[in-house]
Amino acid sequence: MSKEKKMRLTLPEEELVGSGNLACQGCGANLALRYVLKAFGKRTAICIPACCWAVIDGAFPHSCLGIPVYHCAFETAASTATGVKAGLEMVGDTETQVIAWAGDGGTFDIGIQALSGTAERNDDILYVCYDNEAYMNTGIQRSSATPLGAWTTTTPVKFPKDRPKKDIDAIMAAHRIPYQATASIAYPEDLYKKALKAKNTRGTKFIHIYAPCPTGWKSRPEDTVKLARLAVQTCLFPLYEVEHGEKYTLNIKVQNKKPIEEYIKLQGRYRHLKPEAAAAIQEGIDRDWERLLKKVNAG
Amino acid sequence: MKKVIMGNHALSYGAMLSRSQVISAYPITPQTQVVELLSEMCADGTLQAKFIKVESEHSAMASCIGASVAGARTFTATSAQGLALMHEMLHWASGGRLPIVMGNINRAMAPGWSIWTDQNDSLSQRDTGWMQFYCSSNQEVLDTTIQAFKIAETAGIPAMVVLDAFALSHTYEVVDIPDQAKVDAFLPSYKPYARLTPDAPCAFDGLTGPEHYFELRYKLQKDMEKVPALFNETSREFEKIFGRRLEAVEPYLCDDAEIILVTSGTAGFTARVAVDEMRKDGIKVGNLRIRMFRPFPFDDVRRLLAKVPKIAVLDRNISYGYHGIFCQEVKSALNGSGSKSPVFGFIAGLGGRDITVASFREVVDITRGQSTPAEEINWIGVKK
Ligand SMILES: Cc1ncc(C[n+]2csc(CCOP(=O)(O)OP(=O)(O)O)c2C)c(N)n1
Ligand code: SF4
Ligand SMILES: [Mg+2]
Repeated sequence: MSKEKKMRLTLPEEELVGSGNLACQGCGANLALRYVLKAFGKRTAICIPACCWAVIDGAFPHSCLGIPVYHCAFETAASTATGVKAGLEMVGDTETQVIAWAGDGGTFDIGIQALSGTAERNDDILYVCYDNEAYMNTGIQRSSATPLGAWTTTTPVKFPKDRPKKDIDAIMAAHRIPYQATASIAYPEDLYKKALKAKNTRGTKFIHIYAPCPTGWKSRPEDTVKLARLAVQTCLFPLYEVEHGEKYTLNIKVQNKKPIEEYIKLQGRYRHLKPEAAAAIQEGIDRDWERLLKKVNAG
Repeated sequence: MKKVIMGNHALSYGAMLSRSQVISAYPITPQTQVVELLSEMCADGTLQAKFIKVESEHSAMASCIGASVAGARTFTATSAQGLALMHEMLHWASGGRLPIVMGNINRAMAPGWSIWTDQNDSLSQRDTGWMQFYCSSNQEVLDTTIQAFKIAETAGIPAMVVLDAFALSHTYEVVDIPDQAKVDAFLPSYKPYARLTPDAPCAFDGLTGPEHYFELRYKLQKDMEKVPALFNETSREFEKIFGRRLEAVEPYLCDDAEIILVTSGTAGFTARVAVDEMRKDGIKVGNLRIRMFRPFPFDDVRRLLAKVPKIAVLDRNISYGYHGIFCQEVKSALNGSGSKSPVFGFIAGLGGRDITVASFREVVDITRGQSTPAEEINWIGVKK
């Protein structure tokens, strides 16, 4: 007699991201949208600026998504989504939710002005940044989300990234939007819950999703989820929520921080790293983690 | 209802009577009154629209694009630096075939900072696939805005309504503000061919390979080519309802003219006064004002200019290293039409320097004094 238990699904079965799309093997960004759309469902419109996802979706006249898509200019995810929401409401559709779906370059760098404007006006959209820590679409150039010490084609091994990653979440918290969160493709249930919360909150929502990229990180496609999990377990990318820029909630309470080496050694983009440089990365993580705990404890 | 209003408010009334549904704009002198009045109208319910107070012109056009693809009638207004900042998005609007209407107040481009009129801002956007209409009175601004929505939505091409800084934007004139019912009869609500909706999910404006892109642009040009006829058709309808006729080009005393002064914008009005004065002196001059710059009214321009002995084009703009821009367009339109008429190019009024009746007298003196142009460009009023 078989004793196997039937697996219980923790996420809705419906898939709005079609298979066989143009993502690379092991693409974290692909998983990110799958999970978010499981929460948002069909009554959703999405604005995708220039980024890997502009390609993943498919070329004209195809689309792998089961929802309407507007492909917008690189720096305009937030402002286009603002316009779509206003337009839909004016033609009598108050139900459809609008998502701006951008990469780290489109968020931390070129699109930050539009994002700041949308957040300050508290326009009713969800802005998601899937973060693969570089401009992948154009061939792995650094962005201001690229972490300290990492190689990219514009931060070559002789001169790797010499500045830490920009703290976009603190910038968004400074806008005092009703809801924001960090999330990870390695924690789908947590990500799903956050997307649902965003769906049920009015005003500007921001979710920052950690989305490893085997092509750009020079990692194995099968390590994508492992890397994303390690990023949380090392406290490199803590999972937390912020309400109204003030109330911080830590979702995964890491007790025994894993050393960053475990994470670094799985990625070619850190292959050049000297022990001192790895120590500097560890120091930065420790400092940022303490800073975050202070905010959590204050809230 | 007749009212004395400024040119900027004529734009606001045009957008309001057209029942714009989403307005997204950023302030810049000399456009500010356009958006101030519209935001008041939205706030007090005179206009049922959403006014998005964006943080830049770039976002203004991006959100107009978003609203338009969602199926809403959208309007914005800007000037000079603001228009230049929108440049990428202007291509996006026309390439996406979104019938957005925008007012642009002609202001000289910095540096040095200038808030005064010339046409280099809008003419720098010549090749973005927008229609451009240059106005010379406040009535025309209001009428053109309403007509622009109709043409834009029929053709699936965005439209720019252009007016001079101060000379029109801040000048008060009597304007007949039509009844809403009449405007509604002329301009029914916007029914997009396709729009962003979960009821029929599809992707717009994504990656388009060489297999398809060319045809999309071919269609844009083909639809542009239909606009002159569409313009005339909507003008006839407009005249029936409002009693005013809007022309793509406006000839004034051209039939027997030995010299035709070609102008655009408010300089066109000054040109008429100059023509009247010079006619009294026995000089046979006429004026052709070009209202529709894109698409270029080839047929009208050829018909009216091909046989005139001399043509003098006055440009309040310049394509550095070439000519005034209207001059080069007129020359290229006449080329191949069999016309032997010499075209004299004049540049005047950059950065808001006045163009007066005396300026036109100088233009005519130079044109009469030469059988063919001695200079590629004749400068009027420049301190050399
Ligand atoms: C105005 C403008 N500048 C540059 C580009 C070229 N470009 C397209 S995608 C991209 C990088 C996108 O990076 P990111 O937002 O991180 O998304 P990813 O490709 O990594 O998914 C760049 C630089 C562009 N499309 N538009
Ligand atoms: S380059 Fe990276 S982010 Fe882009 S599709 Fe491939 S794996 Fe995904
Ligand atoms: Mg990226």
